[in-house]
Parts: sequence; structure tokens; C-alpha cells
Amino acid sequence: MEVPILKFTPNPQSRRAFLRGSAATMAGIVTAQAASGTQADPLITEVQDWASVTGDGVDATPYGLPIKFESDVVRRSVPWLTASPISSINFTPIHALDGTITPQGCAFERHHSGAIELSKSDYRLMVNGLVDQPLVFSYADLERLPRENHVYFCECAANTGMEWAGAQLNGVQFTHGMIHNMEYTGVSLRSVLQEAGLAAAGDLQDKWVYVEGADASSNGRSIPMEKALDDVLVAFKANGEALRKEHGYPVRVVVPGWEGNMWVKWLRRIEVMDGPVESREETSKYTDVLEDGTARKWTWVMDAKSVITSPSPQAPIQHGPGALVITGLAWSGHGSIKRVDISKDGGRNWETARLSNHESNKALARFYLEMDWQGEEMLLQARAMDETGYVQPSKQQLRELRGENSVYHNNCIQTWHVKPTGEVENVEVS
Amino acid sequence: MLKCLKLFWAAAVLVLPVTVFAGDKLGLGRAALPEEIAAWDVDIRPNGAGLPAGSGDALYGEEVFADKCASCHGDFAEGVDNWPVLAGGFGTLGDKDPVKTVGSYWPYLSTVWDYVNRSMPFGEAQSLSADEVYAIVAYMLYSNDLVDEDFVLSDTNFAEFEMHNARGFVVDDRPETEYALWRAEPCMQDCKDRVEITMRASILDVTPDETAAERPEKSEAAEVAAAAPAAEKEAVVSPAVVDEAAASPELVAAGKKVFRKCKACHQVGPKAKSRSGPHLNNILGRGIGTIDGFRYSKAFKKAAEAGQVWDMAQLVSFLANPKKSIKGTKMSFSGLKKEKDIDAIIAYLNAEGA
Repeated sequence: MEVPILKFTPNPQSRRAFLRGSAATMAGIVTAQAASGTQADPLITEVQDWASVTGDGVDATPYGLPIKFESDVVRRSVPWLTASPISSINFTPIHALDGTITPQGCAFERHHSGAIELSKSDYRLMVNGLVDQPLVFSYADLERLPRENHVYFCECAANTGMEWAGAQLNGVQFTHGMIHNMEYTGVSLRSVLQEAGLAAAGDLQDKWVYVEGADASSNGRSIPMEKALDDVLVAFKANGEALRKEHGYPVRVVVPGWEGNMWVKWLRRIEVMDGPVESREETSKYTDVLEDGTARKWTWVMDAKSVITSPSPQAPIQHGPGALVITGLAWSGHGSIKRVDISKDGGRNWETARLSNHESNKALARFYLEMDWQGEEMLLQARAMDETGYVQPSKQQLRELRGENSVYHNNCIQTWHVKPTGEVENVEVS
Repeated sequence: MLKCLKLFWAAAVLVLPVTVFAGDKLGLGRAALPEEIAAWDVDIRPNGAGLPAGSGDALYGEEVFADKCASCHGDFAEGVDNWPVLAGGFGTLGDKDPVKTVGSYWPYLSTVWDYVNRSMPFGEAQSLSADEVYAIVAYMLYSNDLVDEDFVLSDTNFAEFEMHNARGFVVDDRPETEYALWRAEPCMQDCKDRVEITMRASILDVTPDETAAERPEKSEAAEVAAAAPAAEKEAVVSPAVVDEAAASPELVAAGKKVFRKCKACHQVGPKAKSRSGPHLNNILGRGIGTIDGFRYSKAFKKAAEAGQVWDMAQLVSFLANPKKSIKGTKMSFSGLKKEKDIDAIIAYLNAEGA
């Protein structure tokens, strides 16, 4: 995505999440006293409406949405980032989610020419190029190939991109929310290519597979054949149900562990080639300018990364001193997360967190660290290590090697400043 | 043609090892027809493979660009608002905030042709002729001072052109430059002498207000603001307009679909803001060129000074052929050819933007 770094107007009127949080706490003081046991709790001693009258019947919502009390758990965008919402991105509310699976309805969106409505009956997938027989598949044809289910994270290469130059956005949704993690149902790209036949491609070592979308942006990316035959999916379901329009209904590509831009939505064409197309999205975008002005290209893999989702600026500590659960997410495009360490003092000392899932091959892992918090200031950091032994670097380490002009692939360690009030701020430390 | 290709591939197969797959084919899908492949397989390779015959010069390109691209990219490809800058930026790639343009950054000319042909203009993709694309690409080079204005780009001289930054890229070297360093057992105790906060997000204060998502659809203030100009202009709204305002839900729904052609640049409705085009709330009866803060063309400023108003006749004529209706408009859209689309979109604008 285009991330113009730092052209903004300060907005003194904007209300901070924490203030809203503490106001809610004030309003709840009576209830809190009751809950603490100093006074009988009317929620217990008095018969409540919901305990007396009946609730909604079945079919009140044939397709259910979250209850109204969760209405703040939504995707949000940063309007100053892009010129138009048609070609833009929004962010998953990871501060408010738990577990590892991202519900489709709040999983981040990134469109280049808007989310299109393409029906299964109008759907066509062409396979052409260096194949034995160019083919056209209908949607129904795809469902007749052997199906697979896999959980994978999809992270935009620009996730955390706004933080290269310094601590900028005060919320984990905005700093790390260009990510989602779903269980995909689909068929292997290998099986689709096999139907067309790859004998015509000859030596597959130096061949490429170009995937292209049906929307007006016609987003297309070149994938080396080795990856294409390895674990790439042509997917049509996510978390058990059809892909949402905004995620490429009816069919998208899933490129496990690799940058989200390659996960072409509304997939319409697969071409076997003897070289990459060098499309706009793999030359002018999704390339990484280094300090000396040269740029890296074909930086497909998303390196190991982690972030604490709570406490965080949008999820401050509101319960006062005592038991506190620190939690967050970790992931790696190279395989499973093996360990996550947490620092409470800005990286001086570390302790190892508890992983809730030990299998996380190119998927999100959830970690927890329980602690007794007595209102002390903390500089919270998480540091992921993946199965290859790669350890998530600090911002300084990344900057030393790449400078500050990159937009993409910022997988640095994030710091949250927890204040005695429980308020949390995005900061950078020495 | 297909047969020839097959023979070629068969010959290639003879000398190369195959059998990558254990499984048998299921025989799914049908053969793609040559004309189907021709319709969809339009990508252009760095060596120019895939280019159709044709040509265009920078001068004509400037005309097409002004007509179809400048509303977002600026007359000189300098970029309007947050839209991409396409020209200049040479020598800035090593600076803080490098300016990455077609001229300073893009490594292949084929990418420009391919992208303009397939994905532009924004909101009207795949509407350009091959000659128009050649001309626009020639103009891109001209606006970057890489060619003279009489430069003609064609399928025959295309491959000769090497871009300024063609050698500015290295293939991902993270395995050598980074992984070797960071695949090491990390420090756990006393890893730093001291820790200081060096920057805070609150200093920049660029985080969006989270309450935005919880606001009611129409705020009272917005309704009042939206209602005021309509009331002032009531006198100029003809009876025909009133009829139109009570359009059938079907017509409004049809108009919503037609509006997809417009929404890349325009918004309408309670939350509408001016983007690269002005918002369209209360458009019927609104003074032409009167949205505060929007950078109108000279033609619109003139119309505003003359007190011209978007009445039904003016709106219909502009929607049918913008450039003929108001000469000098920056709007790149070529117009709605069908009368029923015009009726529908006006019904939709009335319903949504009232």
C-alpha cells in the first residue's frame, strides 16, 4: 500500500481511548462497590429483566452479528494514509480479540480498486501460459478438486510501516492490525496446475506462476514455481464459510507466510511463465528502499514478529492493582513460533511467556504472561523466536541495516509504556 | 496458432525431465479458447513481450493525460492530494523521505505500460486504446525529462528504453544480511545499562478518533449543515426536480449501481466529504463550484462567479458529456451514454444526498 510518511494535521479534539475507558470506570463505581462485596449487589439481589421476561426467538437474526455491546470491535482506518477509501486499507481490532482465529467480519481489508461483487455463477478461472492445455475452470470445477484445510496468517507487508520513522499511531489496531488469521478451505495451486499439465513448462526450477485478480485494479503478482507447488492454496472458504466480498469472494489465492499483497483476491487468471511479470505491485510497490537508495525486491517472506495486544493503548489496565494478564500474538512466515519473551523494563530483562498453541506454522500463536501488577510503570515489549531460531529484532537493529526509508517489512519489537494509572502509550526506547 | 504452440512445447518437453506429480488428472475445466486467452492475457513483460502494435507521442500523451489522468495525478504528474506523484524525485532515493516516481524509481518501462493499460484510469480501467497507452507512457517519460516532446513510443522501439533506476534493485538478501545476525540465542538478563523513552506517539497525535465508528449515521450538525443550502436554493428547483426526488426505490437502486463509476472521486450521503472530486450532497439546486476548500478548475470558478446553479438541465447535460457541457472541467470521466443511467443517478443523488 501507499504509505505517505507523515503528512498530517494534529487533532487536539480527538478523544483518547483511555479517557473514554476511565470515564466508563467512574460511572461504574457503584457497581464496583457492589461487586467488591461492601454492599449487596442489586444485579444479584433484584430480579433482572433478562431473568424474568423472554429473549429473542430463533431466527431473530438468521445470520447473527455480534451483540450490541461489542459494537466497538470493528475495523478502523487511518484516513490521512491514502487518497481514497476505494484504494486503501483498514485495520483488524486485534486489541479486542483473543485466541488466534480472526472473524471475517472484522479482518482487515485492503483494496486497490474497491471490493467487487462477483458471483459464483459469473466466476471463471483461466490457467494459461506454459501449460499443456490452457483451461477455464468454473467455480463448481474447483470444488471437485481434492480439498485441504489450513490456518494461515495474512499480513500486509506495510503492517507497522508507519512506525519506521518513530512511534506514531497510538493503538495496536493501527500499528499491527494489517493482519488476520483464518482457517482456509481450498485446493492446492499444484492440483489446479496439474489439470492443465506442466510438461510444457520443462524445467520447473526457473519458472514462475503469475496470479491476477478480476477487479479493476487487476492486481497481479509473480510467484516462483517452487513456492507455487509447495503450499499455495486456491481458497474459497474461510473459517468454515464463504470468503467475504472484501476478502475476494468467491476465490482468492493464499500464499502462506508471504506478504498479503500476493494473496490475490477475486482470482481470475493463473499463468505459467519463464520469468516474473515485474508488475507494478512487485516493482514500484512492495520493494524496500535501503539507506543508500538501492531497493530490495522479491522480499516475499514475512519475518518473525510479535506484539502485546493487551494491555495496549486501546486496551488500558482498568482493574487496578493485582492480577494482570499480559497477552499478544506472534507469527512467522518461516514456520512455527517456538518462544515469546516479554520484557517489562524496555528490553533490559526478559522472561518467557506461555504459548497457548505450539503448532503455528505460518499462523498466529497466542501468548500469555500472568503477573501481579502493583501500579508500577512498565515498558512492555514482546520478542518472538521462530522454529528457525530467528529472533525478532529491535527497531534500532532494523534501522542500522535498512535505514529509515523502508515502508514494508517492519517486524521490530514494539514498546508500550504502561503508566501508574493503567493508561498505555506507544513509545520508542533507547 | 494453438497447434504451433503445442508443437513447440512438445519439442521442449523431449529434452527436459518432467513428472513432478504423482496424481492423475481429473479432467476438470474446459479448454480455454484462443480469443478468451487473448482477452485476459494482456500482461506485458520487461522485454516488451505481449505489447500490441501501436504508437503514441508525448504531445498527444499530454492531451490524453490532461483529459484522463490529471484530476488525480496533476497536469504535470506532480500528484494531487495523496494521489501518486509520477514525475521527478531523481536523486532522492537515498534521502530521508525518498520521492519514488515512475522516473526516479520504476525499473521497467513495461510496468508503466502494463499498469496504465490494465488498471488505469482509476474508476474507468481498461478503457484506453493501445495508442493512448503508448502516448501516456511517452508523456510519462517526457514529464520526467527523459525524452523530448516529439518522442514517439511504439512496440518497435519499446525494448530499447532503459529506465533510470533499472539497476537500483537487489534481490532479497535478508538471508545473508539479516538472518545470519538474528538467528542467535537472545540476551535474557541485564541486556542494556539503561532505558529511556526517546519518542511518544502522543506527540504526533495522528491516531484516528475511535469514537468515529460509534457515531450515529447522521449527526444533527451534519443534517443542519446539509439542509441549509438546499433551503436557500429552493426557488431555483423546478417542479420536475420534485418529481425526481420522489423517484421509485428501483430507480434509486439502479442509480446506486451507476454511482460506482463516480465513487472513486465523489462521495454522497451523511458522511460524504470532498475527495479528488467535491461531495455531491444537495447537488440539485446547489451553486456550481461552491464547495468551500475544494480546488475547482477555472471553468468552475467562472461558473461560480456567474452564480450558475446545478439545475436539472445543467446536471443532465454535464452527466452526459462533462467536457462538452463545461469546457475546461478537471473531471476526467467521459460521461454517461444512457439516458436511463442519468435519470437513475440523479434519483440516487437526491435520495442519498438530501
